[in-house]
Amino acid sequence: MSKRKKKKKTTKRYDGRKPDELRPIKIESGVLPNADGSAYIEMGRNKIVVGVFGPREMHPRRLSKPNRATLRCRYHMAPFSVDPRRSPAPSRRDNEISMVMRYALEPAVFLERYPRAAIDVYAEILEADGGTRTACVNAASVALVDAGIPMRGLVSSCAVGKIDGNIILDLGDYEDKEGQADLPVAYMPKMEKVTLLQMDGILTVQEFEECLNLAIDGCNQIYEIQREALKKKYGLEEQESDE
Amino acid sequence: MSTRFENRDLVIPGDVLFEGRIRTGDNTYRHEGKISASRVGLVNYSREMVSVIALEAGFSPLSGDLVIGDVADIELGRWLVDIDTSTNAILNVPDAIDAPFRSDIVMPDILDVGDTIVAKIVDMDRRKTPILGILGRGLGKVNEGFIIRLTPSKIPRLIGKRGSMVNMILNQTGCEIVIGQNGRILINGRTREQEEMAVSVIRKVEREAHISGLTNRVQEYLKILKEEKKNE
Repeated sequence: MSKRKKKKKTTKRYDGRKPDELRPIKIESGVLPNADGSAYIEMGRNKIVVGVFGPREMHPRRLSKPNRATLRCRYHMAPFSVDPRRSPAPSRRDNEISMVMRYALEPAVFLERYPRAAIDVYAEILEADGGTRTACVNAASVALVDAGIPMRGLVSSCAVGKIDGNIILDLGDYEDKEGQADLPVAYMPKMEKVTLLQMDGILTVQEFEECLNLAIDGCNQIYEIQREALKKKYGLEEQESDE
Repeated sequence: MSTRFENRDLVIPGDVLFEGRIRTGDNTYRHEGKISASRVGLVNYSREMVSVIALEAGFSPLSGDLVIGDVADIELGRWLVDIDTSTNAILNVPDAIDAPFRSDIVMPDILDVGDTIVAKIVDMDRRKTPILGILGRGLGKVNEGFIIRLTPSKIPRLIGKRGSMVNMILNQTGCEIVIGQNGRILINGRTREQEEMAVSVIRKVEREAHISGLTNRVQEYLKILKEEKKNE
Protein backbone atom coordinates (compact mmCIF):
# COMPACT_ATOMS: atom_id res chain seq x y z
CA MET A 1 0.00 0.00 0.00
CA SER A 2 2.73 2.38 0.91
CA LYS A 3 4.48 1.69 -2.37
CA ARG A 4 1.47 2.70 -4.36
CA LYS A 5 1.20 5.84 -2.33
CA LYS A 6 4.80 6.73 -3.04
CA LYS A 7 4.20 6.47 -6.78
CA LYS A 8 1.19 8.66 -6.44
CA LYS A 9 2.98 11.40 -4.56
CA THR A 10 5.80 11.58 -7.10
CA THR A 11 3.38 13.25 -9.42
CA LYS A 12 1.61 15.16 -6.72
CA ARG A 13 4.40 17.22 -5.20
CA TYR A 14 3.85 20.79 -6.19
CA ASP A 15 7.38 21.59 -7.33
CA GLY A 16 7.97 18.29 -9.14
CA ARG A 17 10.31 16.81 -6.55
CA LYS A 18 10.37 13.17 -5.55
CA PRO A 19 8.99 12.52 -2.06
CA ASP A 20 12.46 11.88 -0.65
CA GLU A 21 14.24 14.62 -2.55
CA LEU A 22 15.74 17.74 -0.96
CA ARG A 23 15.46 21.18 -2.43
CA PRO A 24 18.65 22.40 -4.13
CA ILE A 25 21.05 23.63 -1.44
CA LYS A 26 23.96 26.02 -1.79
CA ILE A 27 26.18 26.89 1.18
CA GLU A 28 29.08 29.31 1.26
CA SER A 29 31.26 29.95 4.29
CA GLY A 30 33.18 33.07 5.31
CA VAL A 31 31.00 35.60 3.51
CA LEU A 32 31.11 38.40 6.10
CA PRO A 33 34.56 39.87 6.75
CA ASN A 34 33.46 41.72 9.89
CA ALA A 35 32.12 38.64 11.65
CA ASP A 36 34.39 36.06 13.28
CA GLY A 37 32.62 33.40 11.25
CA SER A 38 29.79 33.43 8.75
CA ALA A 39 27.84 31.40 6.25
CA TYR A 40 25.26 31.97 3.54
CA ILE A 41 22.73 29.32 2.63
CA GLU A 42 20.22 28.96 -0.17
CA MET A 43 17.84 26.09 0.50
CA GLY A 44 15.19 26.14 -2.17
CA ARG A 45 14.05 29.76 -2.18
CA ASN A 46 15.24 30.39 1.37
CA LYS A 47 18.11 32.85 1.55
CA ILE A 48 19.80 33.20 4.92
CA VAL A 49 22.97 34.85 6.20
CA VAL A 50 24.43 33.78 9.53
CA GLY A 51 27.16 35.63 11.42
CA VAL A 52 28.97 34.29 14.47
CA PHE A 53 30.83 36.41 17.01
CA GLY A 54 32.92 35.25 19.91
CA PRO A 55 33.78 33.70 22.22
CA ARG A 56 33.74 37.17 23.70
CA GLU A 57 33.04 38.96 26.96
CA MET A 58 29.42 38.50 27.97
CA HIS A 59 27.26 41.56 28.49
CA PRO A 60 25.31 41.86 30.74
CA ARG A 61 27.95 40.20 32.85
CA ARG A 62 25.57 38.94 35.52
CA LEU A 63 23.95 36.57 33.00
CA SER A 64 27.21 34.81 32.21
CA LYS A 65 27.65 31.29 33.50
CA PRO A 66 30.65 30.57 35.74
CA ASN A 67 31.39 27.15 34.27
CA ARG A 68 30.70 27.51 30.58
CA ALA A 69 30.03 29.85 27.72
CA THR A 70 26.57 31.04 26.82
CA LEU A 71 25.36 30.42 23.29
CA ARG A 72 23.04 33.16 22.18
CA CYS A 73 21.07 32.82 18.97
CA ARG A 74 19.00 35.41 17.21
CA TYR A 75 16.62 34.42 14.47
CA HIS A 76 15.35 37.40 12.56
CA MET A 77 13.29 37.74 9.42
CA ALA A 78 13.94 40.77 7.27
CA PRO A 79 10.82 42.87 6.59
CA PHE A 80 11.08 42.02 2.89
CA SER A 81 11.59 38.30 3.41
CA VAL A 82 7.90 37.47 3.05
CA ASP A 83 4.88 38.90 1.29
CA PRO A 84 3.17 40.90 2.80
CA ARG A 85 5.83 42.88 4.63
CA ARG A 86 6.65 41.64 8.08
CA SER A 87 7.32 43.86 11.07
CA PRO A 88 11.03 43.81 11.90
CA ALA A 89 10.31 43.71 15.64
CA PRO A 90 11.05 40.34 17.23
CA SER A 91 7.85 38.35 17.43
CA ARG A 92 6.89 35.48 19.68
CA ARG A 93 7.69 33.11 16.82
CA ASP A 94 11.16 34.64 16.33
CA ASN A 95 11.94 34.22 20.01
CA GLU A 96 10.87 30.63 19.95
CA ILE A 97 12.91 29.77 16.88
CA SER A 98 15.93 31.51 18.41
CA MET A 99 15.59 29.23 21.39
CA VAL A 100 15.10 26.18 19.20
CA MET A 101 18.26 27.03 17.24
CA ARG A 102 20.16 27.32 20.50
CA TYR A 103 18.96 23.93 21.67
CA ALA A 104 19.89 22.38 18.33
CA LEU A 105 23.41 23.82 18.32
CA GLU A 106 24.40 23.69 22.01
CA PRO A 107 25.26 19.95 22.13
CA ALA A 108 27.71 20.42 19.27
CA VAL A 109 29.79 23.23 20.79
CA PHE A 110 32.47 22.82 23.48
CA LEU A 111 30.92 25.52 25.61
CA GLU A 112 32.75 24.39 28.76
CA ARG A 113 36.06 25.56 27.26
CA TYR A 114 35.11 29.23 27.54
CA PRO A 115 33.70 29.91 31.00
CA ARG A 116 31.87 33.24 31.42
CA ALA A 117 32.10 34.05 27.72
CA ALA A 118 29.35 34.47 25.13
CA ILE A 119 29.09 33.10 21.63
CA ASP A 120 26.59 34.99 19.51
CA VAL A 121 24.89 33.55 16.44
CA TYR A 122 22.85 35.97 14.35
CA ALA A 123 20.68 34.50 11.62
CA GLU A 124 19.09 36.93 9.20
CA ILE A 125 16.41 35.58 6.85
CA LEU A 126 16.54 37.52 3.60
CA GLU A 127 13.96 35.42 1.83
CA ALA A 128 11.72 32.80 3.39
CA ASP A 129 10.21 29.75 1.75
CA GLY A 130 9.34 27.30 4.50
CA GLY A 131 11.78 25.44 6.71
CA THR A 132 13.78 28.50 7.69
CA ARG A 133 14.64 27.10 11.10
CA THR A 134 16.28 24.05 9.60
CA ALA A 135 18.14 26.15 7.06
CA CYS A 136 19.29 28.43 9.89
CA VAL A 137 20.70 25.51 11.85
CA ASN A 138 22.53 24.24 8.76
CA ALA A 139 24.11 27.61 8.08
CA ALA A 140 24.82 28.34 11.74
CA SER A 141 26.82 25.17 12.25
CA VAL A 142 28.95 26.00 9.19
CA ALA A 143 29.42 29.54 10.50
CA LEU A 144 30.45 28.28 13.95
CA VAL A 145 33.13 26.11 12.39
CA ASP A 146 34.23 29.05 10.27
CA ALA A 147 34.59 31.13 13.44
CA GLY A 148 37.11 28.61 14.77
CA ILE A 149 34.92 27.61 17.69
CA PRO A 150 35.72 24.06 18.84
CA MET A 151 32.88 21.74 17.88
CA ARG A 152 32.04 18.08 18.40
CA GLY A 153 30.73 17.92 14.86
CA LEU A 154 28.43 19.60 12.40
CA VAL A 155 24.69 19.80 12.94
CA SER A 156 22.50 19.13 9.92
CA SER A 157 18.80 19.74 9.87
CA CYS A 158 15.78 19.21 7.69
CA ALA A 159 12.05 18.77 8.03
CA VAL A 160 9.77 15.92 7.09
CA GLY A 161 6.01 16.19 6.77
CA LYS A 162 2.82 14.62 5.65
CA ILE A 163 0.60 16.04 2.96
CA ASP A 164 -2.45 14.27 1.50
CA GLY A 165 -1.41 11.16 3.42
CA ASN A 166 2.06 11.04 1.82
CA ILE A 167 5.29 11.44 3.72
CA ILE A 168 7.68 13.89 2.10
CA LEU A 169 11.15 15.26 2.81
CA ASP A 170 12.13 18.94 3.14
CA LEU A 171 8.85 20.81 3.10
CA GLY A 172 8.48 23.95 1.06
CA ASP A 173 6.28 26.83 2.16
CA TYR A 174 3.12 25.51 0.51
CA GLU A 175 3.60 21.98 1.84
CA ASP A 176 4.32 23.40 5.26
CA LYS A 177 1.06 25.32 5.36
CA GLU A 178 -1.22 22.82 3.66
CA GLY A 179 0.25 19.65 5.13
CA GLN A 180 -1.16 17.50 7.90
CA ALA A 181 2.08 17.23 9.87
CA ASP A 182 5.49 18.84 10.06
CA LEU A 183 8.52 17.37 11.82
CA PRO A 184 11.73 19.46 11.86
CA VAL A 185 14.76 17.43 12.94
CA ALA A 186 18.33 18.48 13.68
CA TYR A 187 20.85 15.70 13.69
CA MET A 188 24.57 15.29 14.25
CA PRO A 189 25.55 12.76 11.57
CA LYS A 190 28.95 11.87 13.02
CA MET A 191 27.69 11.27 16.54
CA GLU A 192 24.35 9.87 15.36
CA LYS A 193 22.46 12.05 17.78
CA VAL A 194 19.24 13.96 17.31
CA THR A 195 19.60 17.44 18.81
CA LEU A 196 16.21 18.83 17.87
CA LEU A 197 12.86 17.21 17.30
CA GLN A 198 9.69 19.21 16.94
CA MET A 199 6.34 18.17 15.60
CA ASP A 200 2.99 19.64 14.85
CA GLY A 201 0.04 17.88 13.25
CA ILE A 202 -0.96 14.28 13.65
CA LEU A 203 1.11 11.19 12.80
CA THR A 204 0.67 7.56 13.77
CA VAL A 205 3.59 5.87 15.52
CA GLN A 206 4.58 4.05 12.32
CA GLU A 207 4.38 7.23 10.30
CA PHE A 208 6.46 9.04 12.90
CA GLU A 209 9.20 6.43 12.70
CA GLU A 210 9.15 6.54 8.92
CA CYS A 211 9.37 10.33 9.08
CA LEU A 212 12.29 10.30 11.50
CA ASN A 213 14.28 7.85 9.37
CA LEU A 214 13.60 9.90 6.26
CA ALA A 215 14.70 13.06 8.08
CA ILE A 216 17.94 11.42 9.18
CA ASP A 217 18.61 10.39 5.57
CA GLY A 218 18.01 13.98 4.53
CA CYS A 219 20.35 15.28 7.24
CA ASN A 220 23.08 12.95 6.04
CA GLN A 221 22.73 14.36 2.53
CA ILE A 222 22.89 17.91 3.87
CA TYR A 223 25.95 17.01 5.93
CA GLU A 224 27.85 16.21 2.74
CA ILE A 225 26.91 19.60 1.30
CA GLN A 226 28.06 21.38 4.47
CA ARG A 227 31.36 19.50 4.31
CA GLU A 228 31.89 20.55 0.73
CA ALA A 229 31.10 24.16 1.61
CA LEU A 230 33.75 24.19 4.32
CA LYS A 231 36.29 22.43 2.13
CA LYS A 232 35.70 24.79 -0.77
CA LYS A 233 37.05 27.74 1.21
CA TYR A 234 40.33 25.91 1.75
CA GLY A 235 40.51 24.14 -1.59
CA LEU A 236 43.64 26.06 -2.40
CA GLU A 237 45.24 25.56 0.97
CA GLU A 238 44.66 21.85 0.88
CA GLN A 239 46.71 21.49 -2.29
CA GLU A 240 49.53 23.91 -1.72
CA SER A 241 50.21 23.81 1.98
CA ASP A 242 53.26 21.91 3.02
CA GLU A 243 54.67 23.90 5.92
CA MET B 1 46.22 1.41 14.91
CA SER B 2 43.85 2.79 12.37
CA THR B 3 44.50 6.07 10.67
CA ARG B 4 41.58 7.37 8.69
CA PHE B 5 43.28 10.20 6.83
CA GLU B 6 46.59 10.98 5.21
CA ASN B 7 48.92 13.42 6.92
CA ARG B 8 47.98 17.02 6.03
CA ASP B 9 44.48 16.16 4.86
CA LEU B 10 41.84 18.79 5.45
CA VAL B 11 39.50 17.69 8.22
CA ILE B 12 36.28 19.12 9.59
CA PRO B 13 34.94 19.01 13.16
CA GLY B 14 33.51 15.57 13.88
CA ASP B 15 35.75 13.69 11.47
CA VAL B 16 37.06 10.56 13.17
CA LEU B 17 40.83 10.71 12.89
CA PHE B 18 41.88 7.65 14.80
CA GLU B 19 40.54 4.71 16.74
CA GLY B 20 42.69 3.19 19.42
CA ARG B 21 45.34 4.12 21.92
CA ILE B 22 47.07 7.35 21.09
CA ARG B 23 47.47 10.76 22.69
CA THR B 24 45.14 13.56 21.64
CA GLY B 25 46.92 16.70 20.47
CA ASP B 26 45.64 20.19 19.67
CA ASN B 27 42.11 20.61 18.36
CA THR B 28 41.07 17.01 18.87
CA TYR B 29 38.87 15.25 21.38
CA ARG B 30 38.19 11.70 22.45
CA HIS B 31 34.68 10.29 22.48
CA GLU B 32 33.87 6.65 23.05
CA GLY B 33 37.39 5.57 22.15
CA LYS B 34 37.41 7.52 18.89
CA ILE B 35 39.52 10.60 18.36
CA SER B 36 37.86 13.32 16.31
CA ALA B 37 38.75 16.79 15.12
CA SER B 38 37.19 19.80 16.83
CA ARG B 39 38.25 22.48 14.34
CA VAL B 40 38.81 22.76 10.58
CA GLY B 41 42.43 22.17 9.84
CA LEU B 42 45.11 19.84 8.61
CA VAL B 43 45.64 16.52 10.41
CA ASN B 44 49.03 15.66 11.73
CA TYR B 45 49.80 12.09 12.72
CA SER B 46 53.00 11.59 14.64
CA ARG B 47 54.17 8.42 16.31
CA GLU B 48 52.26 8.84 19.55
CA MET B 49 49.91 11.75 18.95
CA VAL B 50 47.18 12.97 16.62
CA SER B 51 46.67 16.70 16.27
CA VAL B 52 45.02 19.18 13.94
CA ILE B 53 46.68 22.38 12.77
CA ALA B 54 43.74 24.76 12.92
CA LEU B 55 42.98 26.97 9.94
CA GLU B 56 40.41 28.97 11.90
CA ALA B 57 41.03 29.69 15.55
CA GLY B 58 40.73 32.59 17.90
CA PHE B 59 43.55 33.68 20.19
CA SER B 60 44.08 31.27 23.05
CA PRO B 61 46.31 33.00 25.58
CA LEU B 62 49.35 31.32 27.07
CA SER B 63 51.52 32.61 29.85
CA GLY B 64 54.52 34.44 28.38
CA ASP B 65 52.74 35.75 25.26
CA LEU B 66 53.33 39.32 24.17
CA VAL B 67 49.98 40.96 23.45
CA ILE B 68 48.61 44.34 22.44
CA GLY B 69 45.33 45.45 24.00
CA ASP B 70 43.04 48.34 24.85
CA VAL B 71 42.14 49.34 28.38
CA ALA B 72 38.43 48.56 28.59
CA ASP B 73 37.60 49.43 32.19
CA ILE B 74 39.09 50.59 35.46
CA GLU B 75 38.26 48.81 38.69
CA LEU B 76 39.67 49.33 42.17
CA GLY B 77 43.34 48.37 41.96
CA ARG B 78 43.22 46.92 38.47
CA TRP B 79 42.53 47.61 34.82
CA LEU B 80 40.55 45.34 32.52
CA VAL B 81 42.20 45.01 29.14
CA ASP B 82 40.61 43.80 25.92
CA ILE B 83 43.06 41.45 24.18
CA ASP B 84 40.57 39.56 21.94
CA THR B 85 40.16 36.67 24.35
CA SER B 86 36.91 35.24 25.64
CA THR B 87 37.29 37.23 28.86
CA ASN B 88 39.05 40.53 29.42
CA ALA B 89 42.57 40.32 30.80
CA ILE B 90 43.49 41.83 34.17
CA LEU B 91 46.31 44.28 34.80
CA ASN B 92 46.89 44.82 38.51
CA VAL B 93 48.46 48.02 39.81
CA PRO B 94 51.65 46.33 41.14
CA ASP B 95 52.23 44.83 37.68
CA ALA B 96 51.94 48.29 36.13
CA ILE B 97 53.90 50.67 38.38
CA ASP B 98 56.05 48.31 40.46
CA ALA B 99 54.54 49.58 43.71
CA PRO B 100 51.66 48.36 45.84
CA PHE B 101 48.22 49.84 45.34
CA ARG B 102 47.46 52.79 47.58
CA SER B 103 44.18 54.62 47.77
CA ASP B 104 45.78 57.93 46.75
CA ILE B 105 46.87 56.58 43.37
CA VAL B 106 44.86 58.16 40.58
CA MET B 107 44.50 55.23 38.21
CA PRO B 108 43.31 57.08 35.08
CA ASP B 109 46.47 59.19 35.25
CA ILE B 110 48.54 56.06 34.76
CA LEU B 111 46.31 54.31 32.19
CA ASP B 112 42.92 55.54 31.06
CA VAL B 113 40.10 53.74 29.29
CA GLY B 114 40.92 53.59 25.60
CA ASP B 115 44.68 53.58 26.03
CA THR B 116 46.58 50.97 24.05
CA ILE B 117 49.23 48.94 25.83
CA VAL B 118 51.87 46.42 24.91
CA ALA B 119 51.89 43.82 27.68
CA LYS B 120 53.10 40.40 28.56
CA ILE B 121 50.85 37.65 29.93
CA VAL B 122 52.60 36.93 33.21
CA ASP B 123 50.19 34.34 34.50
CA MET B 124 46.75 32.81 34.18
CA ASP B 125 44.56 32.87 37.25
CA ARG B 126 42.42 30.03 38.52
CA ARG B 127 39.58 30.95 36.18
CA LYS B 128 41.97 31.04 33.23
CA THR B 129 41.80 34.82 33.02
CA PRO B 130 45.07 36.21 31.67
CA ILE B 131 47.03 38.42 34.10
CA LEU B 132 49.11 41.05 32.33
CA GLY B 133 52.28 42.88 33.25
CA ILE B 134 53.74 46.01 31.68
CA LEU B 135 57.00 46.14 33.61
CA GLY B 136 59.90 45.52 31.31
CA ARG B 137 61.61 46.77 28.20
CA GLY B 138 59.32 47.53 25.30
CA LEU B 139 56.19 47.12 27.38
CA GLY B 140 53.75 49.77 28.52
CA LYS B 141 51.52 52.43 27.09
CA VAL B 142 51.68 53.04 23.36
CA ASN B 143 52.01 56.70 22.42
CA GLU B 144 52.58 56.61 18.68
CA GLY B 145 52.09 54.35 15.70
CA PHE B 146 49.04 52.52 14.47
CA ILE B 147 47.60 49.04 14.74
CA ILE B 148 46.61 46.54 12.09
CA ARG B 149 45.05 43.16 12.70
CA LEU B 150 45.88 39.70 11.45
CA THR B 151 44.27 36.33 12.17
CA PRO B 152 46.05 35.03 15.30
CA SER B 153 46.67 31.68 13.60
CA LYS B 154 48.90 33.44 11.03
CA ILE B 155 51.10 35.25 13.54
CA PRO B 156 53.73 32.45 13.67
CA ARG B 157 54.29 32.82 9.92
CA LEU B 158 54.75 36.57 10.25
CA ILE B 159 57.38 36.03 12.94
CA GLY B 160 59.11 33.25 11.02
CA LYS B 161 61.73 30.84 12.26
CA ARG B 162 63.48 32.53 15.20
CA GLY B 163 62.04 35.83 14.04
CA SER B 164 63.55 35.67 10.55
CA MET B 165 60.53 37.08 8.77
CA VAL B 166 59.84 39.97 11.10
CA ASN B 167 63.52 40.90 11.34
CA MET B 168 63.72 41.06 7.56
CA ILE B 169 60.68 43.33 7.41
CA LEU B 170 62.14 45.48 10.20
CA ASN B 171 65.47 45.90 8.45
CA GLN B 172 64.07 46.49 5.00
CA THR B 173 61.35 48.97 5.90
CA GLY B 174 62.99 50.69 8.84
CA CYS B 175 59.75 50.65 10.81
CA GLU B 176 59.34 49.67 14.41
CA ILE B 177 57.01 46.66 14.47
CA VAL B 178 55.61 45.01 17.58
CA ILE B 179 53.70 41.78 16.99
CA GLY B 180 51.13 40.78 19.57
CA GLN B 181 50.34 37.09 19.70
CA ASN B 182 46.67 38.07 19.74
CA GLY B 183 46.82 39.27 16.14
CA ARG B 184 47.31 42.99 16.69
CA ILE B 185 50.41 44.50 15.15
CA LEU B 186 51.79 47.89 16.14
CA ILE B 187 53.62 49.72 13.37
CA ASN B 188 55.56 52.92 13.82
CA GLY B 189 57.68 54.29 11.00
CA ARG B 190 59.54 57.53 10.45
CA THR B 191 57.77 58.27 7.18
CA ARG B 192 54.43 57.44 5.67
CA GLU B 193 56.07 55.47 2.84
CA GLN B 194 57.87 53.18 5.27
CA GLU B 195 54.63 52.44 7.05
CA GLU B 196 52.74 51.75 3.83
CA MET B 197 55.47 49.37 2.76
CA ALA B 198 55.32 47.47 6.05
CA VAL B 199 51.54 47.16 5.81
CA SER B 200 51.60 45.85 2.26
CA VAL B 201 54.25 43.28 3.17
CA ILE B 202 52.23 42.09 6.17
CA ARG B 203 49.13 41.80 3.99
CA LYS B 204 51.13 39.68 1.57
CA VAL B 205 52.15 37.37 4.40
CA GLU B 206 48.50 37.14 5.41
CA ARG B 207 47.38 36.17 1.91
CA GLU B 208 50.11 33.63 1.29
CA ALA B 209 50.74 32.26 4.78
CA HIS B 210 49.92 28.70 3.73
CA ILE B 211 52.17 28.54 0.66
CA SER B 212 55.73 27.35 1.14
CA GLY B 213 58.82 29.42 0.36
CA LEU B 214 57.20 32.47 1.89
CA THR B 215 60.37 34.13 3.21
CA ASN B 216 62.00 34.19 -0.23
CA ARG B 217 58.93 35.56 -1.91
CA VAL B 218 58.58 38.29 0.69
CA GLN B 219 62.23 39.20 0.20
CA GLU B 220 61.68 39.65 -3.54
CA TYR B 221 58.47 41.54 -2.92
CA LEU B 222 60.37 43.95 -0.65
CA LYS B 223 62.99 44.49 -3.36
CA ILE B 224 60.32 45.28 -5.93
CA LEU B 225 58.65 47.72 -3.56
CA LYS B 226 61.95 49.49 -2.89
CA GLU B 227 62.76 49.84 -6.58
CA GLU B 228 59.33 51.23 -7.28
CA LYS B 229 59.91 53.83 -4.61
CA LYS B 230 63.31 54.80 -6.07
CA ASN B 231 61.83 55.20 -9.54
CA GLU B 232 59.24 57.58 -8.22
